[in-house]
Order: sequence, then C-alpha cells, then structure tokens
Amino acid sequence: MSSDSIKIVWVYPDLLSTYGDQGNCIVLERRARLRGISTRTVHVRSDENVPVDGDIYLLGGGEDRPQILAARRLRNDGGLHRAREFGAVIFAVCAGYQLLGTEFGGEEGQPVEGLGLLDIRSGRGEKRAVGEIVGDVDPALNVPRITGFENHQGVTHLGPGVKPLATVVHGVGNGDGTEGAYADHVMGTYMHGPALVRNPGLADLLLRWALKRDELPPLPESWSERLREERLNAVLS
Amino acid sequence: MSDLPLRAQMAVALGRTAAKMSRLAGRGDGSVIGGRIGLKLDPELLARLAKDRKLVLVSATNGKTTTTRLITAAMTPLGEIATNAFGANMPTGHVSALAAALDAEYGVLECDEKYVPMVLKQTEASVVALMNLSRDQMDRAAEIWLLAGKWRKALEAAPNTHVIANCDDPLVTWGASSAKSVTWVAAGQHWREDSWSCPECGGPLDREGTNWECRECSFARPKPAWILHGERVTAPGGRTYELTGLQLPGRANRSNAAIALAVASYFGVEPETALPLMTQVKSVAGRYTTVEHQDRTIRLLLAKNPAGWLEAFDVLQPAPGPVALSINAQVPDGRDTSWLWDVDYRILRGRPVWATGERRLDLAARLEAAEVDFTVVDDIDQAVMAVPPGHLDVIANYTAFQHIRTRYGRVV
Repeated sequence: MSSDSIKIVWVYPDLLSTYGDQGNCIVLERRARLRGISTRTVHVRSDENVPVDGDIYLLGGGEDRPQILAARRLRNDGGLHRAREFGAVIFAVCAGYQLLGTEFGGEEGQPVEGLGLLDIRSGRGEKRAVGEIVGDVDPALNVPRITGFENHQGVTHLGPGVKPLATVVHGVGNGDGTEGAYADHVMGTYMHGPALVRNPGLADLLLRWALKRDELPPLPESWSERLREERLNAVLS
Repeated sequence: MSDLPLRAQMAVALGRTAAKMSRLAGRGDGSVIGGRIGLKLDPELLARLAKDRKLVLVSATNGKTTTTRLITAAMTPLGEIATNAFGANMPTGHVSALAAALDAEYGVLECDEKYVPMVLKQTEASVVALMNLSRDQMDRAAEIWLLAGKWRKALEAAPNTHVIANCDDPLVTWGASSAKSVTWVAAGQHWREDSWSCPECGGPLDREGTNWECRECSFARPKPAWILHGERVTAPGGRTYELTGLQLPGRANRSNAAIALAVASYFGVEPETALPLMTQVKSVAGRYTTVEHQDRTIRLLLAKNPAGWLEAFDVLQPAPGPVALSINAQVPDGRDTSWLWDVDYRILRGRPVWATGERRLDLAARLEAAEVDFTVVDDIDQAVMAVPPGHLDVIANYTAFQHIRTRYGRVV
C-alpha cells in the first residue's frame, strides 16, 4: 500500500446494504480525497471472491436471511479473514457487526455461526431497539462522542478479546450499557447505515489506521459537523 | 348492502357521522376515524361490507395511490366503484370506503403492504394487484423479504383470488407466485438494489435484458401476458396501445398504467375503453399537482424512499431547471434519514438546488458529499421566492409534501 492511496472494499452490497450503508464508502472516499489521498472502491458481490489486498473493508446491515447467507459465504471465501491477518481495517454496522462475532441469532433466534473476527456473541433481545443512539467513545481512541441511529433486536455480549467502542449515553447499543466493540483495527457498531456521516472523527480514525498515521490534516467545517451538532442537541436536550 | 346485520348497519351509520364531524372540524377527510369507530362497534365490519362485491386490492412500496386511482378510472363503465382515493390504506380506511358506497358492486382498495394478508382474508378480494417492493422507511415498514413471504402465504390460502403482478420485480414475482392464478405484467423495474439475490434460495440473480433468473435454482422470470415497452403496452393477443396520452408523467406512471390496464381487462373493460378514461387523471391526492404562486408554477412530487426518488428524478424539468427538496423525519416519514444515502443525488448537478424541511441538515450533508451545489433555506417559501418566475419542481417526502400542499392551498 502506498501512503497516499487507499483501497476500500464494500463487502456484499447485494446482501448487506439496507439503510444507506453506501454512505460510509462515500464519506471515507471524500475525507481522503479532500486531503489529496486517492481512493479506489470495489463493490464485491456475494458471488465474487473477497480481495485480500484492501485497506478498509466495510460491512453493512441486512435482514436475518441475507445476514446468514453472508456469514456462510464469507466463511467459505476466507478473503476477509486473510485481509485481517494482513492488518486491514474492518468496519461493520448492525447485521455486519453481529456477523463479525462468533455467533449471532437467526430468523427464529437460533444461534448461527459467525466469522469469529471479533470476540463477541449476539442473540435476540426481548424488544426491538429503534431510535437515536449517542455514546462516549473509549478515550483510548481519541474520538469525540458518537451519534447515530439504531434499529435492531440484537443483544451483544463482549468477550475478553474486545473492548467496547463506547459507553451508551442515549439509546440501547449492545444492551449492557456499552455500544459496539473493537479489537485492533476491527470495529463494529449498532449505529446502522451511514454511521460515519455524523461521526467524521470516527471516519478519520479508520483512515489513520489504514494509512498508519497518527494524524491527518484537519478539514474545513462541513455540513456533516452542523448535522452532528443538531442531532446531538435534539437527542440530549 | 341493505342485508347488513343491524349492528353492522349501526356501525356504518355511526362511522359515517364521525367521519362527517371530522371533516367539518377540518381534520382531514375523516375516513380513518370513521372506520375506527365502525370497526370498534363491529369487528367483522370489513368482512361484512366486502361480502358479495368484486374487490381489487392494490399494493406495492410505490405507486399504490396512483394505481388505485387509474384502476378506478378505468373501471367506471362498470358502475359505481368504492375506493379509498385519499390513501387511507389500512382497514379503517377500507371500512370507510366501502361504507361510503354501500351499493357499489365493485371496489378498488389501496392496501398497505403489511395489511395485504389480513385484508385479503377478511374481504376475499377477487383481484390483488402487486407492483413493486423496495427498501422503505425501515423503522416503520417491514423488511421486504419477510413481507413478500407473508404475501406468499396469504395468496396460497386464497385460491379464489386472481393476482395481477409485475414480473419485472423478482421479489414481487416470488410473493405472487404462490397464487393459484396470476396474470404477469412486464411493468418494468428501475430500482434494482433490492433484487440482486434470489428470494427463493438466496443465490445470485442473473439478468440479461429484461430477463432474470437464479443461477442456483429454478426461480426465473415468468412469461408476461402484458408487456410495457417504453410508451407502449402490448396486450395478450399482441395488440399495442400508446400511453402517450397519459397526463401523469414518467415511466413509473406508465408502469402503473400497464397494471391498471391488466386489472380493468380482467373485469372486461378493454384497453380501448380503459385508456381514454385513465388519460383523464391529472393528479392524484396532490401528487404531480402544479400550483401557481407569485408568478411561479410549482409542481409537487412525492418521493418517500430511494426507488421513489429515482422516479421523481425521471420527471424533472430538464437541467438547469430549478429544484427544491424538502425532507422531514416525522413518524409517517420514518424517524431515520439513513435512506438519503441510497439516493444518487449527483443527477442534480448543474441545476440550482434548494434544501429545506425539518431535516435540511441531513439533506445538506448528503448533497455536499454528492458534490451538488445547493442552498439551505428555512422554509419552502424562501426557495419559491429565490427562483426566477417560471417553473419550480419540488420533491418532498410524506409530511414535508403535506406541509407544502397545505401551504399552497391544498389544490388537488
């Protein structure tokens, strides 16, 4: 990987794309491009092999059935696992987050084997969590408070191999007061869809990880920051 | 319908009174409250009102209200038609529509996608017309694969119901194909992001031209009886009809019209008769209406989800015609604006664009990322006054649309 170019792999948009998940690609491309970093994005459908030379892999949300299919095909394919061994960044939302774990709940709540890329285990909760979510991010990541929208019925238990991404300030998240999880450069969150839009700090963290840089030049204030501020005020006031 | 049991007759009468009072109080057309009271008094009211009638249920993610209207227009030669013309598409609205036309032998009822199984069971409708399924506001709508599965079960259990369905939409085809008798209409599909996988087995769907088939199982596009190609419809037997006379614009409405022609023909109204009646429909519950205001001609387009936006873009005035966009996120709109990121706004580059509505900042962030030049304004008036006299297209989602409609005099 050259230091000024990033390859983004959008994994299985045919199965895992229901809530504007494409937004995460667009935000990463844009924030890289504005800093003179070129990007190349490949959309990998579930009948294609997952390339192993990507820098950032994005997984979106999906209904129960596509989630199960995606898990099965990604396990058989093995590309995402190899990319992980090569140090790639993986960012997954909602159903994508759950399937990174060792186990998640299927259509009838039955346990389904996940990818085992994060030490988490998800099952089906009593009640659907639908609404705005706000969380204070693990200080070690040095990212401002996150804001997003969640819509899931999952409950996720974190194992000793991961740390929670955030502590819930508003909303449900994992179900135990934490939200999301990360280990090394693999991260998942219950904020669904275009989670990076309102969280430019999180987008920049992924870019820094991919570029192996401690810092990136700041960008001028954008509408995303104003949106972020408005949403945080609307939820917390 | 005078053979309704006494309790049902009372329920109808009280529901009507309530609807009338609601209208007098200026609170909409009253069909929801009227139906609610009727159903409270007689929970079997919908089934009773539907009895011995020939009913059509019309459902889809997009185009329900418009297609209902087109079918109703096409079927006027059959006499009085009961219909929920104003989009009250749940059982309360169905009860009101049927109660308002007790002597109508025919009824055309728009039906919310989730309610199709329940309403079909109660009404034993003669025909179910199904057009398209795509991602919608998911904090309030059901997941579409589940939804299509429920249609399958419901249609399988209704062997006397005939289905008229769009075979260009794989998910609709799957949902409809359990029915005992189906007329397939090739009505087109432009939003394809929700049909990459086989609904039957999850395998990849291969497409070639208009055809589609699963690579792994036998599920494939059935042979259509009616075919829409461009601005023409070919009927079974090969006769072709021009749709150019339709006043409702765009390919989505040609698609709706193709379905409507097939439904009317099922009841014996052939396209020669049906089409001229359909061309008289100019606007539907405010959609496509133009209003004149301060020397501006403002055209209102409703778009509630990504597939709907694609169709709204299809009917815009050519660039550099100005466009105002308005987005809310109230309960009927869905509280979640994530779907904006599934819409490709780059098509608006090169025009003056105004962004407004309660969630104008979500829109602004989206347009900025799409590199579309735009101006954020606090309300639609500012956009209207900012454009030079002439034409302005306005695309809005549900409550934003209603707000603008009310603002400019609710002209239908």
